[in-house]
Amino acid sequence: MTGYVLEIAQAFLALLLAPGLVGFVHWLKARLQNRRGAPPWQPYFELNKLFGKEMIVSTNASWLFHLSPYIVFASAIAVTLLIPLIAVPLSFDSVGDLLLVVYLLLIGTFFLSLAGLDPGTAFGGMGASREMTVAAIAEPTLAVAIFSLAIGAGTTSLSRIVTGTLANPGVTISPGHMLAFAALFIVTLAETGRLPVDNPSTHLELTMIHEAMILEYSGRYLALVEWASWLKLLIFFSLLSNLFVPWGLATVLTPAALAIAIVTLILKLAVFAIVVALFETRIAKLRLFRVPELLGVSFVLALLAVTSSFLLK
Amino acid sequence: MTYSLFLLMILAYTAGVLAALMGAKGKSGRGLVALGAVLGAGAGMALGATVIVSGTPFSLLLPDLLPIGGGFVLHLDALGSFFLILIGLVAIPAAIYGVGYTAAYEDGRSSLRFLGVMFNLFLLSMGLVTMAGNVLTFLLMWEGMSLTSYFLVITETSEESTLRAGSWYAAMTHAGLALLLAAFMLLTNGGSGSFADLRVNSAALPATARNAIFLLAFLGFGSKAGIVPLHVWLPKAHPAAPSHVSALMSGVMIKLGIYGLLRVVLDLLGGGPAWWGSLVLGFGVVSALLGVLYALMEHDLKRLLAYHSVENIGIILIGIGAGFIFYSYGLMTLAALGLIGGLYHTLNHASFKGLLFLGAGSVLHATHTRNMEKMGGLIKRMPWTALFFLIGSVAISALPPFNGFASEWLVFQSLLAGFNIPKPELAVLMPVAVGMLALTSGLAAACFVKAFGISFLALPRSPEAENAQEAPLSMRIGMGILALACIVLGVAPVIVVPFLGKVISGLGHLPQTITGLTFNLSLQTPEAFGQVSPTLAAVGLFLILAMIPVAFRIFRVNRGLRLGETWGCGRTGQTPRMEYTATAFAEPLRRVFAELYRPTKELSIDFHPDSKYFVESIEYKSEITPLFDRWFYDPLLRSIRFVSRQVQRLQGGSLHLYLVYIAILLVILLLAARWL
Repeated sequence: MTGYVLEIAQAFLALLLAPGLVGFVHWLKARLQNRRGAPPWQPYFELNKLFGKEMIVSTNASWLFHLSPYIVFASAIAVTLLIPLIAVPLSFDSVGDLLLVVYLLLIGTFFLSLAGLDPGTAFGGMGASREMTVAAIAEPTLAVAIFSLAIGAGTTSLSRIVTGTLANPGVTISPGHMLAFAALFIVTLAETGRLPVDNPSTHLELTMIHEAMILEYSGRYLALVEWASWLKLLIFFSLLSNLFVPWGLATVLTPAALAIAIVTLILKLAVFAIVVALFETRIAKLRLFRVPELLGVSFVLALLAVTSSFLLK
Repeated sequence: MTYSLFLLMILAYTAGVLAALMGAKGKSGRGLVALGAVLGAGAGMALGATVIVSGTPFSLLLPDLLPIGGGFVLHLDALGSFFLILIGLVAIPAAIYGVGYTAAYEDGRSSLRFLGVMFNLFLLSMGLVTMAGNVLTFLLMWEGMSLTSYFLVITETSEESTLRAGSWYAAMTHAGLALLLAAFMLLTNGGSGSFADLRVNSAALPATARNAIFLLAFLGFGSKAGIVPLHVWLPKAHPAAPSHVSALMSGVMIKLGIYGLLRVVLDLLGGGPAWWGSLVLGFGVVSALLGVLYALMEHDLKRLLAYHSVENIGIILIGIGAGFIFYSYGLMTLAALGLIGGLYHTLNHASFKGLLFLGAGSVLHATHTRNMEKMGGLIKRMPWTALFFLIGSVAISALPPFNGFASEWLVFQSLLAGFNIPKPELAVLMPVAVGMLALTSGLAAACFVKAFGISFLALPRSPEAENAQEAPLSMRIGMGILALACIVLGVAPVIVVPFLGKVISGLGHLPQTITGLTFNLSLQTPEAFGQVSPTLAAVGLFLILAMIPVAFRIFRVNRGLRLGETWGCGRTGQTPRMEYTATAFAEPLRRVFAELYRPTKELSIDFHPDSKYFVESIEYKSEITPLFDRWFYDPLLRSIRFVSRQVQRLQGGSLHLYLVYIAILLVILLLAARWL
């Protein structure tokens, strides 16, 4: 029972941390670029503002436009219930493994793209088309990269992969793990709409992907969609950190272990935030049609990872 | 019990044929024809379920009906029963749907009588294919199925493209039949053609003969199933046929190719070396990937769906191929996992592809076009069709908790178990297959965002779409049944999978009971490699979804809503021409895979005569010729035409010339008789 309570608490923790994580990245980026920038807690204010606003919805939009934000948000929350954030093993292990996680993430993308097409603007269609292109090429990389871990651990259950790594720390420096990490890092940038794939700080540019898709959303729908996308960033960062560097995760449910787990989670997220912020100040956005090449590289890395895991098994 | 069900099935189909023959007209007449099909298919389903649950096969010997080749023998076992149930699953909704859909033919455009007769005969012959107990019966029914479906394809005879599609189909299916005849000739080896005898005798066949039988059967059944490169008839024939027939052909008939493959390779031959499985797996991977890639470029809604059938047959073959490989190494539990994955996907594909074809048919019925670029905004005009098509789209994209996910999960798991294969050079191919399957499913999701988004959302792109009307009740019922099947099969894999276990148990050298796969609330693969519960995931998603509005209420979120025009960068008066088109949607992926598609581009710009800065009109044309058309079928057709032109020279038409030929032939024969 405590296990289930803990997992629901974990989902709430993720919801709570996600805006802060994005705010921190933006603040750090601004500082690195010699700007003052908005404070790290700015996204909380934004959510508060958006939830308080009336919505304007296009007359062309159908019920799908109204349904999509809920589905996007719900699928993101469902993922936070299934991935190891603070403690392993998870009580919801029997509900789903990493394949379910990958496909749950795809649900959000699928419905958001449909919602982008719904109001009938050129921008929305443009965003939807690009988002699905990136997702179609990034999703298999994600699957294959995590599979290489699954084969190493002998299971596709996320928490058993983590416990396997904890029991046998040597695997973290195996070639399969390293290659998978590189592949997954590139996918993280693509899936969460960061540079060099998409520029999260642009608005109304012909190069935008995510922003173009959600252009017609306002008020609470926009809040849900934005929150879900921030949650996605947190999900990817925690997958990267907890699957490859699982130390700090609570294996026993004592208050001390849990406190340590929460602190280490925040620290790990902060490390990834710093890396991404540094990355984003150093590189420019790729041309849209060069993005598949980058994702192709990550797909090949993932394939190499899974092949080496197969051979070393 | 089983005999009466069998009799009911035969009688119901016959009644359907008779009702059509007597020229039953009007709504009640069409209903009568459909009733025959529904009762027949329902009885078939009940018969199949009885055989699987009771475990005792149903046999019927009528040696006097056909006094050659062992006579007319029916023997329905669990494997056949599964496919008999599959027929019913799609046939019942398709028949109900047909009542409304065929109303358009009352104007005399096509013969309703002929359509009704062929529809019932088609279902009957498919049913009997699954029951055939010897080679003769099987081939006769197989050919009956091909012929009746050919006539169904050319229902709309007034259109030339339909006839061309029919010719392609007839040619491909008979090329396949020729291969099957050769395979069965080798298999019977001059002995009895009864399946029971073949099962015993096949082990004694030499290895080369067994390999030849496998190759011939794989290609023969593959041409029916639509594996790449034998898939060319699918994107031609499926769009041409009436939509409820397309649903049946794509949902069920091509699956009988899978049935034939399992029957011959696993049951009659008792399995073979690992390269058989690898070949099936390889063809599966290529079919899946190429199928979805060509689907992405299609803007004809039904042709897009036909290419997706190629993709899904590929996924089914990946599961079955993996099963065959494990089987050859004696890893029976894993073999069962792969085969169950393949069969589950067969069932799922039948339900969602049937649904999607029926949905496309409703759109065609309402807008009289299959071109997606002329649709749009249908979600407001045809809300039910839109909802059903969305369910089908989500299911085929393998998104949980719909049915595509459960079966793709099983196929993924069977591939992941590939490290158990003792041969490293073979095992290392499995992750490549995993990657390709994942890529396929990502691209399929992109394709269905396009298919649904462009056809149903935003503003209508043509007056036909603007004035579209919702489909009549019978068509909505047909779609509704299949939509329900997509949901039930998705959330209840714990019922489906043990059922499929019964279907394959005892097949070939598979054990009678398959242990190691546990199914309480969640699916669990051998050695607990993976575990998933679509049921719980569905419940969880629903709970979370329901909690969001509750949270809104608790936290007093502003729920005000104002309608406004879509924002157009300051410009008012939005028109459909500003929307993204299907071509534009697929453009990024066309660039990514440009090496494969090799699109031809033609751009012509008319400038104003006074200044080239003023453009009067722009015309852009881009075409994609599929790989196999360009490199295989076009040269083949050219050489056939060349040969027939040469033959034409011999056929001068003059009687004297023919008399000379006869004289020459006579001399040659006499000389031959002299020397031999």
